Amino acid sequence: MSRLKQITNSANQKGRKLLIPYLVAGDPNKETTIDLMHALVSNGADIIELGIPFSDPSSDGEVIQSSIERSLRKGTSLNDTLDIVANFRARNEVTPIVLMGYLNPVEIMGIDNFVRRAQKDGVDGVLMVDMPPAEAGVLNAKLKEANVDSIFLVAPTTTQERVKSILNMTSGYVYYVSLKGVTGASITDVDEVERNVSALRTSTDLPIVVGFGIKDGKSAKEMARVSDGVIVGSALVNKIASLTSHEKLSAEDIKNSTNIIKEIREELDLDNEVVDEECL
Amino acid sequence: MLDLNLQELEGPDVRGHFGPYGGVYVGETLIAAVEELNSVYQTLSESDTFWSEFHHELNHYVGRPSPLYFADRLTQHCGGAKIYLKREDLNHTGAHKVNNTIGQALLAKHMGKTRIIAETGAGQHGVASATVAARLGLECHVYMGAEDIVRQAPNVYRMKLLGANVVSVESGSKTLKDALNEALRDWAKNVDDTYYIIGTVAGPHPYPQLVRDFQSVIGREAKEQSQKILGGLPDALVACVGGGSNAIGLFHPFLKDTTVSMYGVEAGGYGIDTGKHAAPLSAGTPGVLHGNRTYVMTDSNGQISPTHSVSAGLDYPGVGPEHSWLKDLKRVNYVSANDGEAMEAFHLLTKLEGIIPALESSHAVAYAMKLAKEIGDSRTILVNLSGRGDKDIETVARIEGIQI
Repeated sequence: MSRLKQITNSANQKGRKLLIPYLVAGDPNKETTIDLMHALVSNGADIIELGIPFSDPSSDGEVIQSSIERSLRKGTSLNDTLDIVANFRARNEVTPIVLMGYLNPVEIMGIDNFVRRAQKDGVDGVLMVDMPPAEAGVLNAKLKEANVDSIFLVAPTTTQERVKSILNMTSGYVYYVSLKGVTGASITDVDEVERNVSALRTSTDLPIVVGFGIKDGKSAKEMARVSDGVIVGSALVNKIASLTSHEKLSAEDIKNSTNIIKEIREELDLDNEVVDEECL
Repeated sequence: MLDLNLQELEGPDVRGHFGPYGGVYVGETLIAAVEELNSVYQTLSESDTFWSEFHHELNHYVGRPSPLYFADRLTQHCGGAKIYLKREDLNHTGAHKVNNTIGQALLAKHMGKTRIIAETGAGQHGVASATVAARLGLECHVYMGAEDIVRQAPNVYRMKLLGANVVSVESGSKTLKDALNEALRDWAKNVDDTYYIIGTVAGPHPYPQLVRDFQSVIGREAKEQSQKILGGLPDALVACVGGGSNAIGLFHPFLKDTTVSMYGVEAGGYGIDTGKHAAPLSAGTPGVLHGNRTYVMTDSNGQISPTHSVSAGLDYPGVGPEHSWLKDLKRVNYVSANDGEAMEAFHLLTKLEGIIPALESSHAVAYAMKLAKEIGDSRTILVNLSGRGDKDIETVARIEGIQI
């Protein structure tokens, strides 16, 4: 069974909501990214989405754009991103890693090379933001052969017919985009999210997680109530951004910047305990 | 004569592919909007009423047809093939860009969109978008790289006069590609009421197709005018290529006329071998940028490379996917002219013909001058003079150390 399947199955059994932090590989630097990833796991992350830096991130808002720009100034490449995963795996065999990014770096590395390395380095899933299912055939087939999951976005604008074609290609989990816009905006219509996630639920057994616009424990809880979990990107990246001014990072710095994930975990588990008691 | 399977020139397919290029590579939020646009366009493009509305606008508002002009003194100066200029610089707003914005504004109107967004490099497309928005009473926001805002100040003011909101883009390299990123972000946020007028034959399908169809008026007129004035087709077509809309507009109606050779002139910047240029077809590799698969300027890690050209309108690391396909098919020769050659052509055309060309178009003129000598005086070359150079006089003065 894949790492993603193990984690999502076990969360489902325990009624635990999935908590998926996103951070950009190489911001503030490669070594710190690895430390941050381990800290995120200790703070309650179930899965980590690791952003591949790309010069033209047209689906990202300012916070993630800036993080990517900082990472690119350090020269972080797709190769480095994969190295980070391999290094993380040396100390953690269980937490799934999903690479999220744009297609051009993968194309230039070559799809075969990329898939081979992703498998070898311990990548569990791949989400290419600018590669809709209609263009995903080749990469999708090769990832499947390598037992790496393909994750796609479903947006509020996605039509019913498209949902089908997206789900046909999706494994691991479904990433529901909570709003029209880019990463880091604010969710305005919780009811719409609830309606759309419920509709999705009738077409798939995969976990459905909600991302874009989750800022804190409160918004995470709201979204987790109607789904299987949440992705927290810009809010975490914003905390990491404050590290860049530090000359040398202390264990305290790492702890402070990832604390938001601990807070969100605690909020999410409050509900969980209530459920557990009811079950008893 | 070219050895070609003419069917291969009939792109795009239903999913927007030109051979391996083109397609739809955008985030999921935008897919529905792109599909809606595609379905509206494929229907309207079958409608005679739509095209007569379009041509009525071009005749009465833009001032088409634009003349085909024999550049006698330039020809004499070069001492070779006869050089004819397709005078897109005489269009309302001063460039070919307006052919496209007129067409897309009609689409926006048909789709009931009330808000227009556009990206711009040199400012010509921004001005052309602001112009049609003003005329239709639509709200208009133009994204422009912070660097380009400095380089093209007169056009920025022009857009403001026309009532557009010019948004300075501070991310990335602060040029055209970043303006495109920002426009895509805006579109994702405001997808319900917003129409995005892309200024070139790039972006996700159907943009490369519909922009080409609107710009093809250039080539159709040029063909008719050639028959009348030259008594036949020209031997060569020359056009500058940034995103490539003026070039595809001229080339497309001639693609199957295999006696006509074609030259797309990219911006060589400081020289192709310096790496500081904007010539993806001459020195790039296939990749994915701004919604389509095409030749891009990218480093070995897949990051889009910074570009350089004296002309803001050519300063773009990608190119329309149909050009990538025409390159692979060898139907069009893609060449380059560097900053210095373009500047020289700018001055020559101004002095010899009394026509101040845009720096973009000066690249085409520069290459045509070389070609004229090579192919000899029994031949004719038709150059797309895609825009006028009034917007560039400050840039030229600055480069030459002159205060105006």
